[in-house]
Parts: sequence; structure tokens; C-alpha cells
Amino acid sequence: MFGKLTIEAVPYHEPIVMVVLGVAALLGLAVVAAITYFKKWGYLWREWITSVDHKRLGVMYIVIAIVMLIRGFSDAIMMRSQQAIASGGAEGYLPPEHYDQIFTAHGVIMIFFMAMPFMVGLMNIAVPLQIGARDVAFPYLNSLSFWLTTAGVILVNVSLGVGEFAATGWLAYPPLSDIQYSPGVGVDYWIWSLQISGIGTLLTGVNFFVTILKMRAPGMSLMKMPMFTWTALCTNVLIIAAFPILTVTIALLTLDRYIGTHFFTNDMGGNQMMYVNLIWAWGHPEVYILVLPAFGIFAEVVATYCKKRLFGYTSMVYATVAITVLSFIVWLHHFFTMGAGANVNAFFGIATMIIAIPTGVKIFNWLFTMYEGRVQFTVPMAWTLGFLITFTIGGMTGVLLAVPGADYVLHNSLFLIAHFHNVIIGGVVFGYLAGFTYWFPKVFGFKLDEKLGKASAWCWIVGFFTAFMPLYALGFMGMTRRLNSYDNPDWHFPLIVAAIGAGIIACGIACQLLQLFVSIKNRHQNIDETGDPWGGRTLEWSIPSPAPFYNFAHIPVVEERDAFWHMKENGVSEQKPAEYQDIHMPKNTSAGFFIGIIAAVFGFALIWHIWWLAIVSAVGIFVTMVMRTFNDDIDYYVPAAEVERIESQRYQKLSNQA
Amino acid sequence: MSTQSMTNQDAHAHGHEHHEHEHHDPVATRVFGFWIYIMSDCILFASIFATFAVLGTNYAGGPTSHELFELPFVLVETFVLLASSFMIGLASLAMNKGDKQRTMLWLALTLILGAVFVSLEIYEFHHFISEGAGPQRSAFLSSFFTLVGTHGLHVTSGCIWAIILLIQIATKGLTDMNRSRLMCLSLFWHFLHIIWICVFTIVYLMGVI
Repeated sequence: MFGKLTIEAVPYHEPIVMVVLGVAALLGLAVVAAITYFKKWGYLWREWITSVDHKRLGVMYIVIAIVMLIRGFSDAIMMRSQQAIASGGAEGYLPPEHYDQIFTAHGVIMIFFMAMPFMVGLMNIAVPLQIGARDVAFPYLNSLSFWLTTAGVILVNVSLGVGEFAATGWLAYPPLSDIQYSPGVGVDYWIWSLQISGIGTLLTGVNFFVTILKMRAPGMSLMKMPMFTWTALCTNVLIIAAFPILTVTIALLTLDRYIGTHFFTNDMGGNQMMYVNLIWAWGHPEVYILVLPAFGIFAEVVATYCKKRLFGYTSMVYATVAITVLSFIVWLHHFFTMGAGANVNAFFGIATMIIAIPTGVKIFNWLFTMYEGRVQFTVPMAWTLGFLITFTIGGMTGVLLAVPGADYVLHNSLFLIAHFHNVIIGGVVFGYLAGFTYWFPKVFGFKLDEKLGKASAWCWIVGFFTAFMPLYALGFMGMTRRLNSYDNPDWHFPLIVAAIGAGIIACGIACQLLQLFVSIKNRHQNIDETGDPWGGRTLEWSIPSPAPFYNFAHIPVVEERDAFWHMKENGVSEQKPAEYQDIHMPKNTSAGFFIGIIAAVFGFALIWHIWWLAIVSAVGIFVTMVMRTFNDDIDYYVPAAEVERIESQRYQKLSNQA
Repeated sequence: MSTQSMTNQDAHAHGHEHHEHEHHDPVATRVFGFWIYIMSDCILFASIFATFAVLGTNYAGGPTSHELFELPFVLVETFVLLASSFMIGLASLAMNKGDKQRTMLWLALTLILGAVFVSLEIYEFHHFISEGAGPQRSAFLSSFFTLVGTHGLHVTSGCIWAIILLIQIATKGLTDMNRSRLMCLSLFWHFLHIIWICVFTIVYLMGVI
């Protein structure tokens, strides 16, 4: 009846897990109680859960990302504190099997359920607004993508309380992840949470690629697109090209575990290195999927707050495209030690080093945009400056690791850990937090608190260096990754410093949360009346804040790069149009929500081998999808009078200001 | 299977033509989006082909491709699929002429030939498994069953899609929405045929040479 699922699956004998679950349950109950008390269920259902509005979906993606950032960071704090105390024979407080799950969960959560949703969320919010579109190309698909991502998030979190998570490392290399060595459900949780959310991401990639190519405002040729839209376009190309590989890789591992095929097994002709090749053929483009949009954000931020057009726009576009192409021919540098031979390693080593060139081009683009600019030291600029320094260091250690000889020494050491945190925190996280602050007023209509934002940036930057510079040193001292305890006393002191660094980063996260809280509380003092709080250059700043649900009352006509800046210079940015027209909009739908939730049930059933439930939920997904295709009532028109009413409020505000 | 579009017959009937430029032609957008999906599906198959290329000779002491494959049978499968591709081509032509009955007839024949192809494949799989050459026997057979099976699953979902589309055309006629659906299904079907050509060449033909 319940497959492998028994009451034993709940880890009630592990106090740490149970306390976490208790706190999570209490928080969940509090949220449910609050929603019920304020009678917000209907609002939540109509305005958010069934919404196909890209801005709403973007907000929900980012909410998920922030929640998962906290969960993934808790794992980080546990690892740092364990290593700070488990020295010289001490065992620390985390037993090996638990510690293994923690570092696996940390990696999986931070990449798949923090960084990816954050990136997709920012893309959802900014891209349609930047290109002057009213929504994405396929709004229902967009909602479906979000709910599939949510299904993955649900599964990862359920694994905390029911069963276990994978103890294999974040990419679940076989043969360790094969059924023979990981007979539990941990790897199955890994498989299904990634498979389901991965399909959501692939659909997002298709959706935004088509949106950017087909939905741009008239006059916006490719070379007039804002830089963030360019990087989003390249990221979506990478998603479309890379995520099918992940789907296949996970599916093959699934077959090995579920029906006993021999793709990656030790015997019967299986080949584990095939898995490692396949997963990195996805995995390396994945890091560019994450970092390219961050580059785009920095480009927007630098141009806006330096009051200059971006230096070398064309070179930046070509650099982005070059990175997009190169990212597919470097995957082997993740396993130089496979022993592919000197020539193969040399090819991939050189290809890897070449990526430093377009990246370097970008660094100079940002620097020269600042040069002689009127730099405003706002919060997004603080993140950008922190990024420029941090990321450059991370890039250089990357080039060092790209030397196959050096990699043989440093492979699997803490030097590698320090390197990729250096580029992911310094590049991706700083970039997304800059974008978060930058576009926040566009979505909510008020600005975030400056002081706490800067405090957060400082804590993150200082905390990062304190936490990860010792790891570079530890790598040279011979410490490998994923150690639960160690007996070399020399490693103890740097690890204590690293733990302190993690504590400083914790302060940064606390400041970020406090900033949200304080800003919401004081929102009336920070209201953005004009829709253009920063003196922006691109189209998203030409509409009111918060952006109306139809985005643009009139689709703008673009003549130049930095279209809105151009309009302001010509004095046409605040012209009231003579008349308004009906606006064609997609209707909300619950189909995406239901498919996502049933997909989570489907995944859960397969994880626990509850076959009847798997069949029932698969049929449920199919029926929901088909029912949706029979529904023709999917769009409506906003009457011109309604548009005029909403728009005139804004012009009222503008004239009040003047 | 089907994604949504922002178009709606009724809405256009109410005289909203002046909005056309803002919609960026929804049918074209849908078909373009489907092209992009097919490109990603192509990479999905490429990954499985790569796996087969690496593992395809790892027989692990079990049956080899020379012993298992029978080219005449595969040739029959190929011609069935080829004929179904021709049928969906005829369905598209009938749709362009606005002939609902013929469209449905050709689409039904496409579907039947697709189902015959899937049946032949199931027969072949069953035959191999009963001879002790199942997917668990060796890495070669694991990758063979996965590659050919993934193609078969695609054809099966294409058949289910065709059934749903037949119902939709029967009830609502050749609306813009149904036209774009048939265009997408036709793209999908031809794409699967191209994949089958690669399967035929790389798996079967090279397997017996």
C-alpha cells in the first residue's frame, strides 16, 4: 500500500532534525493561521497562485529563493561549525551519514533551489518590462514552470522529515549513487526533485527565448536590447541546450536504480565516466546560466548609477555570446584526473583559460563605464564593487585550476571549494542581490532601506573573504573536501577563521531580512512616485511603480539603445497619450498549480515505490493538461476606459511632484 | 502536449484587428516556440545517441547486435513510419485548403500507422526480452532499449496527441488554435522520423555491418 514508506522513515531519534522540523512546522502553522485570520486565502488564490502575470511569478520565485537560501545557509553553518570543532580526534556533533547529507543538500539547494529560482525570478520581473512587452510569449507555460520548480522544492524539503536525502555529493556520481551503494531513498529524492524542477527550467528557457526574440517592442533590434535582456537571451540558449542533457543523465541513473540497467554500474559493461561526462556537459553551462544574468544586472546597475551609457556595449554583447559558446567545450576540466591523456587535457585546459578573455572584457566594460562617471554609491553599486574585486580573484584561481598539472594537485581539495564559492558568491549571489535591490521598487512601488542594504553588502563581502581565503590555504595544506573530521592539527586554526567568516555572512543575511522588514514598515517614506527612482535608462523605468498588470498602456516605439534615457532627453517621456486602447491579456489559470502539485505527489510516489499512487498522479497530470487544451476561454480585453483610469492616477502623481 | 496561445477566435471577431501588431502574430509565435522545443528534444536524443555510441559495443558476454538485429523487420518499421509522415503531410495540405473531413481522415491514418509502428516496436522488444536479451543483460542492451524506447515513447505521445487533436477538430473545426496545433504535431512527427533515420543508421545498420 505505501511501498517502502513506513513510520520508521521519520527520523524521530535525531534531535537536530526533529528540532528543525518542529520549528518549520510552527512557522508553517503561524503562516497558515495568519492567512486564515486575515481572510487572505481567496486573495492568495486569485492574485498569486493562479496568476500568469510574469511579475507575480517573479516575486514567487524570489520568495522561494530566499527561503531556500536560509535553508542552504543553515547547512553551511552546520558544516563550518562541525569542521571547527571536529579536530584532532574530536568527532563533533554531526555523524558522518548526517554530514554527508548536509553537504549534498547544501550544494543541491544552493544551485537548484536558491540560485536558479532567484535568476528565473529576476528574469521574469525584468525581461518583459525591458523589451516593452505585456507578458511572456506563453504565460500559462510560465506558471507551469514555476509550479514544477515548486514541486522540486517541496520534495527536497520533505526529504528532511520523511526518509533521508542523498549522501553522495551534489552531483550524485555513480557508482556511489547506484542502488548497490545507496539503497535508501536519498538518491531518489535527489533524482525526482531535480528531474521535475529541471523540466520546469527547460520550459522557462523555451518561453523566454521566444519572448525575447518575438515580443520586443517595435524598433528594438537585437543590438538595441538592454544588456540584461542580452544576457538573459544567452542564458536561455544555454538552458535549452544544456538542460535536456541533465534530463537524460538523471533518467539513465533512474533506470539503473529502478529497473536494473547497466549504464553506470561497475559490471556488465557500464561506464561511470559516461555519467561524469554527461553531468558536466550540463553542469558547466549551468554555471554560466547562473552567472550571465548576474553580469547583465551589473551592466544595468553600473550604467544607471554612473549616469553614463554602458562602455563598449557591442564588445559586451560579443563577450557574452563568446562565453555562451565556449561554455560547452570546457566540461572536461571538472575531471582532468579521469586520465583522458595529455592532449585532451591540454585542449580543455586551454579552452577554459580562453573563457577568461571575454570575462576580462566585461570587467573592463564595467570599470570604464565608472571611469569619469558620476558614481552614486547606492546599495546595488556596493554589490557591484564587491563583485568586481571578489570575482576577479575567483577568476584568477579558476585559470590556475585550468592548468591540468596544477589541477592534479588541487583536485577535490578545499582550494577548489574556495574557487567556486569565490565566483558563485562573488558573481552570482552579489549580482542577484544587486538586481533584487535595483528592481524592487518597480515591483512593489517603494525603495529598500539603504543603510541596512549597505550593512548587508559589507557583511557579505567581509564575511566571504574571512570564510573562504582560509580555504585556499587549506587546499595547499592538503585538506580535501567533504571531511567530517580530521586529525591534522594545522588545519584547525584556518577552519575556525572560516567558521567566523560564515558567522559574518549570517549577519549579512540577517541584515537583508531586517532590511525587507524595515523597508516594508517604512514604505510610506520610501515610495517611488515617478516610476523612475534611480534615473534609469531602459524601458522598465518608463512605466509607473508598481508596474500595472498590463505593463505598458501603449507599446513603446524604440529608436535607440537605452530607449527610456533617449525619451527623457527628447522630453517625450512624460507625454500623456491622446487616447487609450483595449488591452489583450491572458486569463489566470489554476492548471499550472495543479500540475505542479500533482507532479510533487508523483515524485513522492516514485521515491517510495508507491506504484498505484504514481499511476494515479500521472493520470492526474495528463488529464489536467488535456483539460487545459480544451479550454478556449483563456484571454480577455481590459477596456480602454479602465486603462485610462489607471494611467491617469500616475499622471496625477507626476504633476503633484512637479 | 499543447501549450497555450493568446489568440482567440471570438476576440478577433469582435473587431480588435488594430491590436494585431501588439500580438506579434500568436500562431507564428507558437510554432516558433515549438521549433525551439524540438531543438531541445534534439539535444535530448543527441545525449542518448552519445551514450549508445559509448556503450553500444559493451556486450558483457551477452548477445551482440549482429546476433539480434534483423534488418528486414526494421525496414518494415521504417516504411510504416515513412508512410505515416506522408499521411501527416497530406493532412497539412488538406488543412491549408480548409477541408476539415480530409484533414481528419489523413490525421487518423497518421495515427493508425503510428500505432502500428509502436506495436511493431513492442513486438521486437518483447521478442528480445523473451530471448534473454533484456535491458538488464548488458550496457549495450540498456542503451539500445533506452534509445529506441525513447523514440517509441515519443511516437506514442504523438499518437495520443493526434487522438486529442482529432476530437478538437471534430468539435471546434479548423480554428486558428487547432491549425497551429496540427502544424506543431506535423513538425513533431517529421522530427521523429528524422530521429528514426538516425536510429536506423547508427543502431541497426551499423550494428550488423
